[in-house]
Amino acid sequence: MEYLLLQVLNGVQLGLLMFLLAAGLTLTLGIMDLVNLAHGSLYMMGAYIAWTLIGVTDSFVLGALLALPATFLLGVVVEAVVIRKLYARDHLTQVLATFGLILFFNELVRALWGPAGKSIAVPGFLNRTIEILPGVPYPAYRFAIILVGALVAILLAWLVARTRLGMLIRAGASNRRMIGALGVNIELLFSLVFGLGAVFAGLAGLMSAPIASVRIGMGDDILILALVIIVIGGIGSIKGAFIAAMVVGQIDIVGRAFLPDILKTFMSSSAASSAAPAISQVMVYVLMAVVLVWRPTGLFGQRT
Amino acid sequence: MIAALRTPRGLATALILLVLAALPLLTQAFDQRYLLSIGTRIVIWSIAAVSLNMILGYGGLVSFGHAMFFGIGGYAIGILSAEGISSGWIQWPVALLAATAWAVVIGALSLRTRGLYFIMITLAFAQLVYYVGSGLEAYGGDDGLNISRSRFPGLIDLRDKASFYWLCFALLCASLWFCGRYANSRFGLVIRGAKSNELRMTALGFPVFRYRLAAFTIAGALGGLSGILLANEGAYVSPAMMSWMKSGDLIVIVVLGGMGTLFGPLYGTIAFFVLEEALPPILNLAHKGWGEYWMIVFGPLLVLIALYARGGIDSLLGRRHD
Repeated sequence: MEYLLLQVLNGVQLGLLMFLLAAGLTLTLGIMDLVNLAHGSLYMMGAYIAWTLIGVTDSFVLGALLALPATFLLGVVVEAVVIRKLYARDHLTQVLATFGLILFFNELVRALWGPAGKSIAVPGFLNRTIEILPGVPYPAYRFAIILVGALVAILLAWLVARTRLGMLIRAGASNRRMIGALGVNIELLFSLVFGLGAVFAGLAGLMSAPIASVRIGMGDDILILALVIIVIGGIGSIKGAFIAAMVVGQIDIVGRAFLPDILKTFMSSSAASSAAPAISQVMVYVLMAVVLVWRPTGLFGQRT
Repeated sequence: MIAALRTPRGLATALILLVLAALPLLTQAFDQRYLLSIGTRIVIWSIAAVSLNMILGYGGLVSFGHAMFFGIGGYAIGILSAEGISSGWIQWPVALLAATAWAVVIGALSLRTRGLYFIMITLAFAQLVYYVGSGLEAYGGDDGLNISRSRFPGLIDLRDKASFYWLCFALLCASLWFCGRYANSRFGLVIRGAKSNELRMTALGFPVFRYRLAAFTIAGALGGLSGILLANEGAYVSPAMMSWMKSGDLIVIVVLGGMGTLFGPLYGTIAFFVLEEALPPILNLAHKGWGEYWMIVFGPLLVLIALYARGGIDSLLGRRHD
């Protein structure tokens, strides 16, 4: 029972990280109609920039806090140099160009930081366990990720639902030409949204760094998972992205945690432990296929 | 035929095919065996690009998972080989059948969606195959599987590099011939018509979905063939051969060569591999050590191609008349 609770919490933590990544992606897709494969590169850059800044400042919190405006800046620059030219183009052009950006960023990181992976240590004050229930310890760092992730999710929900910027974002998602005609500075809005997406991606990247590792191409596979999440949730829907991220997080963790034991009942234990992560990944894609066949525009997508 | 040679396109294509046909002799004459293995990969990737071009170029269906057919074709060979069935007469039909069957299933599901969702669902199916491949612990899992090449006793020895190359080249010529017939057939015209206006084709009474499914299946089978060849080329299969980056490379190749043109995939593959081989030494000339980071140049080059050169290499060879 306690084991189940811990695994569910791990699923929530992974889901929130995925949500941070998916939120920026679904906003750029929904509002600007832009497929940005390079979103995973921003996730990677966030982690690498944080690694450098943490080294310079010798403080995890300070380094991480400085890395956020840095990734925002990077996002705005990328938007101004490349992405802006892609809005009016078809999806194929966007896929190609942002695929080129991935190659560029992966190689840039190799040139600047070297081919070996980096690791960021869990900050000292979080390097312990806390009791979430009496007698049930849980790593404080993972719990902090859940808190930060939940906070950002709430902040984002508030931003989109309650502020003027959010109103423009929602209006842009349903009809971007109309809000342009109404005199909204679309260029600035797009630039801001893209930068915001970059910050969320960078935040996800740097928070995941102490658990996973900081390496070249770390954003490539997780990007695909984030794309799957926004497609399940329905493109442009923050709510859909959140729900889909939570479901995918649970599937992944539960698959890793419980499948090996189930599989061991009818296969060898080494085969079971290597098949389990693969099966849980496969389940995520099967879920997406089922959702798309059932509702071709995702759970909360707009019907066209 | 002779008249076609007078245009720059005809001349360039004839030259390329001539060089490719004579490549084993050339590499032997100049003692550059390494080039033959690159040449073999170029020919195999060209077949895959031709197959992707059939749906992406002519049909406007952006399949972002075409490398999965590398995997299906390759793993069918690999698994049969690991199980001790080494006869190509069994391996190849089984692999082709597997690729075809898989293409029917995922085509039927994916073609229900449009636009971006189609890109994503094909990508998802490719990832699914990828993770199945990496989960097959009995067949190497993530590390992949060394296999022995398919045996066609008395007919051809695939271990002989030149024979294998010529087999691949013959299959490429057959694919190009087939694609040419496809593009100009009534069937192909329906596919091309649906690319420019699906609604109109439907209104004209064509069951667009069924036509597209047929095209997707043919492309999948041909993609499977390239997977069979790829597995035999390296005597090795691994999940890496169907990672989504490979699907991206295939799209890049088709666009680079010129979408919806017969020889575009061939130009694109050659250009792609030549860039991959030539950029590092060129950069090293500019500054020693830069060559290692050639993708820093290649990435932005892709962005520029996507933005400004959508006609691809084919459009550099003059206007088309069809």
